[in-house]
This record gives sequence, structure tokens and C-alpha cells, in this order.
Amino acid sequence: MTNDFYRLYNGSAIQRCNIPSLDQDEFLQKVLDAVDSGWRVCSYFGVPAGRELELYALLAPKAGGQLGIASTKVSGGRLPSLTPFCPQLHLFEREIAEQYGVVFENHPWGKPVRFQKALRLVEESEASLPALPGVMDFYQVQGDEIHEVAVGPVHAGIIEPGHFRFQCYGEKVLHLEIALGYQHRGLEEMLIGGPHRVTLNQMETVAGDTTVGHTVAYAMVVEALAAVAVPARAHALRGVAMELERLANHTGDLGAISGDVGFLPTASFCGRIRGDFLNMTAELCGSRFSRGLIVPGGVGFDCTPLQADALRNRVAAARRDLSNATELMWHTPSALGRLEGTGRVSEQTALDLGLVGPAARACGVNRDVRRDHPFGIYSLTQIPVETLKTGDVFARAMVRWLEAEKSLDYLDEQLKQLPAGNVEVEVGTLACNHMAIALTEGWRGEVCHVALTDERGRFSRYKIVDPSFHNWSGLAMALRNEQISDFPLCNKSFNLSYCGFDL
Amino acid sequence: MIEAIVARIKQGHRTMRFPKEPVPLPERFRGYPVVKGSACPPDCRACVDACPTGAVTLEPALSVDMGKCLFCPSCSRACPHGAIEFSKDWRLAANRREDLVVTEGDERRLAQALEKKMLSLFGRSLKFRSVVAGSCNACDADTNVLSTIGWDLGRFGIQFVASPRHADGLWVTGPVTEHMREALLLTYEAIPAPKLVVANGACAINGGPFIGSPEAHDGVGDLLPVDLYIPGCPPHPVTILDGLLRLLDKVK
Ligand code: SF4
Ligand code: SF4
Repeated sequence: MTNDFYRLYNGSAIQRCNIPSLDQDEFLQKVLDAVDSGWRVCSYFGVPAGRELELYALLAPKAGGQLGIASTKVSGGRLPSLTPFCPQLHLFEREIAEQYGVVFENHPWGKPVRFQKALRLVEESEASLPALPGVMDFYQVQGDEIHEVAVGPVHAGIIEPGHFRFQCYGEKVLHLEIALGYQHRGLEEMLIGGPHRVTLNQMETVAGDTTVGHTVAYAMVVEALAAVAVPARAHALRGVAMELERLANHTGDLGAISGDVGFLPTASFCGRIRGDFLNMTAELCGSRFSRGLIVPGGVGFDCTPLQADALRNRVAAARRDLSNATELMWHTPSALGRLEGTGRVSEQTALDLGLVGPAARACGVNRDVRRDHPFGIYSLTQIPVETLKTGDVFARAMVRWLEAEKSLDYLDEQLKQLPAGNVEVEVGTLACNHMAIALTEGWRGEVCHVALTDERGRFSRYKIVDPSFHNWSGLAMALRNEQISDFPLCNKSFNLSYCGFDL
Repeated sequence: MIEAIVARIKQGHRTMRFPKEPVPLPERFRGYPVVKGSACPPDCRACVDACPTGAVTLEPALSVDMGKCLFCPSCSRACPHGAIEFSKDWRLAANRREDLVVTEGDERRLAQALEKKMLSLFGRSLKFRSVVAGSCNACDADTNVLSTIGWDLGRFGIQFVASPRHADGLWVTGPVTEHMREALLLTYEAIPAPKLVVANGACAINGGPFIGSPEAHDGVGDLLPVDLYIPGCPPHPVTILDGLLRLLDKVK
């Protein structure tokens, strides 16, 4: 049934001519069949080919560690939408429609995604979409005592811009619609013709808090295309950076969630402990956000035995502080009372929407790229995957803490036994007419990079899917039937990226 | 309750004493660039070719534009002659765009205090409204850090507020995406005069890694008058705080 997908492993490259090109109807049917049998959509994107548009679907089977890819050509600039049968495709289809002016017939929610200019129009359709962000028809509820609340793009704190539209009945939220696009920097467009000198720096800043998650994915893509093997020591150090990034962000989130329910001790302690993890990262590479650390071919900085020991001590101290700070929250009924049962997302909803990362695992969805599609150091040593069932703010907070514990163990173990050898190898030219894929488990969840090269070995298309792309709809669902005053808390428990979504 | 008190004792008092005492910085921290054009052999342009943002120029003399610099540090890695090295000096903020260009033998031009009248207005209470305009969020994260207990920005009378009507200044991060331009300008307009503008991070100063993007404006400089530039990608919290304290005449 799914034999029509080319199977490949995470972090590998294949010749473009080996990607099966199916007839449009067949392609759509195969994608649906695959999803019905439990496959998940990692990426779905368009690539212009002359006057036509090619569509590529990258899917992950339930087990087995492989990924499947297939493509088709869109004829006539129209094709039926799969969204009614497969909700996890809804944003992907909207994105393709916006970028290339194709029409997905019967798409239930055909609206702009980022209000970006079309990358290229395939047919001369009337695809002059509104370029003004947030200007569109929002879903509306009508009736007595129904009111609408509009928030953003500029929010109260120091936080990225987005626009939220709540349909409320009194305090109760019937529906929340999220309009993004304000942070759109035109990243994918700038990558065409690359890698350029600035490409690595742009990858570091796809989402600034996920520098490691995205740069490792980028490095893997480049390494696959250049057919180089990264030294074991570099893999281990990438793992260290990856877990430090997860720890910093999970700690920050635990503090922020605590702050949002007005429980200040945990909030203020975690605010500082988060900084401790950032400072450990800075010990490795001079930057609190791992800038300059991950480079194609390895890592940009080695870690001396002295540094490794010092880091282990700091990890141990941070563990003491963090357990102490979070335990306070877990032992405070008034704080737990606010977390439990708030912002529930069911397991079925999580599966339907294709949620990833802690947001998915908090709903009982057991997925983690580090185990399911192991890469780098994770191919050798595994980190246990933590799930909870309740899908509420409590579960999203608790999953973070359980994951943080595992990351702390992992760091201690890795820093004790860093493999010997060098940390960087030369990366030569990239293979022509190839496609490479890479998945990593960023702290928010699955990061997916796909690169296609042209006949000169330059990027002809580079597609990035940040975990937020999968998860923003999860936040909208979490708000249904909640009090509008719980929005900040729900939002914090997802903590999604705006720029990672808007690219 | 008891547990919270015990935790409070265990976690200890952590507000740092900066600016009275220095902030410990990591060994590999990259601050103010030390530029030695005199070390360059003729025709070498390894650093220029390595720089992702065009921050390094050779004409008329080797210089690094901290407004464009990401402190990445490709240039110093590429240079076999040690002509560009990054010191641990965290003081980078300046009042004028041209003061961010570092050339050998130049005098340091650190940010100057506001003029007397402005100082009497803002010296003891300065409120900012932040607008994130295409930032990757790291600049914002390290601005937010200043309000945590470790840095305790409030003790200097500086605060970030929710409404532009309550603010004395605009705090900009990100290269200013076209989609945020209008919101940024409207927020600026809503701040009562006299008002300040701070460009925090390489993006806000000159586009950062997104310099030249057709979807963004290469920073806020062409749109609004900037009073304080804080270089870095992202600037370290101590770089930000140092810039602010200089503006308020609290460090010299
Ligand atoms: S450190 Fe600054 S000047 Fe040097 S290469 Fe990087 S961006 Fe250019
Ligand atoms: S200057 Fe650097 S850290 Fe700051 S927003 Fe821009 S890319 Fe991010």
C-alpha cells in the first residue's frame, strides 16, 4: 500500500530522480492511505518545475525508523484538498496555496498562513492574496451575549507578535483563531541558490531559542549532501548542546507557567536556573544561544577535559536547584489546582493535528525523534521518552520536568565519557540533483529540514518545518470551552515559536 | 509555606552587584573586537570573504562594523595573522551608528549620558515598550533576563511596560519585517514625547543575519531616530545593561 514511497533514513540523501513521481490522484490516495494506517506528515511542500509545480510529501511510518517520500506534479493549478480527511495537512495545504497560487478544492479553511508574497505563481490564477497581515475573515460566532476579543500583534510583554481572535460567550471561549505572519523574514526565499556565507547564521536564527535544534538539522542535510562522516566527539558535543538547550527552555517554561498561576517562588528560581544552563552553553562556545557551536562537519569548539568536569559540576548543582524549585510547585495544591484540567487536548486531537514534542507527549502521544529516527549520538545512547495522559497544562508542565531530569542524567553521562578525536571535518561540495532530509528533536519537538539541490549543487529549494507549525492549532484547540483568562497560561504551556512558524 | 521558606534559604540571595562588581563572563565570550590592520599582508582578504554580513571592510583600513557583526566569529577563524580578535570587553553600546565601526588606533566611543534635561526626566524612572519586529527571539530572551532576580533591572528604575502610553521609549528587536513596520510605527507614535528609541541586536541595527531580505528593512535606522545601539547577536545581558546605565549616567 505504501510501497510507492521511497524509504530512507534520517540524515540521508538520494538522487532526485529516485523520488517516485506519482500521478496526481494516485499520489493523493497514497498519502491518505498512509496517514490512515498511522503514518504522520513531517513535511509537505511545493517545488516549481518550469511552469508546473511539484509537490513532495515526507511521511514518517509508525515504527521502523525509516521515512517515506513521494512526489507528484500539479496539473492545471488545482487539486482536491485532503484536509477534510486528514486535518494534519490543513496548514501545509494553505501554505502551498499561498506560496504558489494553486487552489486546493474544498479546503475548509483556505486562508493565508503568513500573508507572504507568492514565491512564484504557477498558473496565472487570481492568487493576489492580501499582503496585509491579519486582514482576513475570521471565524465568527453570532448570537446574544457573544462577543469577540482581538489581541495583538503587539502583546503586553517582551514577546513576539501574533494576532489572536477569541469568540467568547461571557468568559467562555468558544473558539480561538490565530493569525501569524508578522515575523516573516523571507528565510526560505533567501536560501535558494545557497548555501551562502550567511546561511549557517540564518539557520541559527530560524528560531533563536532552538539554535541547536535547527543548526544540527541543517548540518545533517549538508553532511548528507557532501557525503562526509562527522567525528564521534562532535556528535557527542552536539548532543550535549542539544540537551542544554532543552534544559534551558524547559526550565524557563516551568518558571513561566508557575509565574502565570501567580506562584512566584518557582517562577523566580527557575528564571535564574535557566540562566545557569545558558551560561553552561556559553562555556562551550562563548554564546548563551550556541551561536557558532554547530557547523557542518562537526562543532566549532572543542571541550577540554577541564571544561567537561566543570560542566558536570555545574549540571549537578543546577539539578539540585531545579528539583528544589519545581518540587515546591508540585507540592503546592493551589498551584496544581490551576494547572490540572486546564487547556485539555485529547489524544485523538493530538493525533489528528499531528502535534509533536512535549505538547504531543503530554496527550499520551509517544513520539520523539531522538528515539524514533535516531541521529548523531542518539543512535548510540537513548534517552527515555516521557508521556502523560491528561493533555492539560499540568501534563505539559510535568512532561517538561520529567524530560529535564532525563536530560540531566544524559549530560552527566556524556560529559564523563566524551569520545576522543577531532571535532570537525572538512565539508566539500554538495551533490548535484539530490535531496537530503534531516529530523531532529528540538526542545519544542520535531524539526524537519529538506534540501533539494540543482545541477550545480546549490539549493533549488529548502524547506523547513519548525515544530510550531504542527502545534499552533493545538493551542487553539486547548482554549475551547476554557475561560479567556486562562489563555496566557495555556499559551505559556505550549510556548510556540512565532518566527519559527513565520520563517 | 515552610517548604517555600526552606527553598528560599537553599537557593540563596543571587542578585548580582553589577555595576559595582563585574559580571563573570565565560572564557570564550566574544566582546569588543580588537582590530589590527597593521598585521595584514597586502592583498589578504580572508576575513572579508569569511564574514557573512559584510561587517568587515578593508577600505580605507581594516575595520569591523559592530552594527552588522554577529560575533560569529568566522573572520578571526579565517585570519592567519591575528588581525581580528574578540576581547572579553562587554561594553559595546553607542549613541551613533558610525561609532560602532572599529578600526585600529581609534578611540573608544562608548554610549554617552543623555543631556541634562532628558536625564532629569528619565534618570530615575525609565520605562520601555518593546516591539519585536522579526527577531529570532534570542535578543528578547536576553532582554527579559534583565528583569529576573539575578539582574533585577528594577533597582535602576528601568522597567518594561505593557502600554506605549506608559512608556518613555521604544525598544526594538528584529530587522523590522515589512509585516511589522506599521505596528512598530504606530507604537512609536503612541509613546508621549520626548521619547527614546533603542535598537537592540544586530537585526534591529542593520538587519543581522537577515540583512538584505526583501521582506525586511535592515533594521530600524531608516524608520525612526535611534538613541542607543546595542550590538550583538544577541547582545549579552551585561552589554544591554551597560548601555542603559551609560545612557542614564550610572556608569562612566
Ligand atoms: S564575527 Fe562579525 S565581523 Fe567577524 S565574520 Fe562574524 S559577523 Fe563578520
Ligand atoms: S540580532 Fe541575532 S539574536 Fe538578535 S534577533 Fe537578530 S538574529 Fe536573533
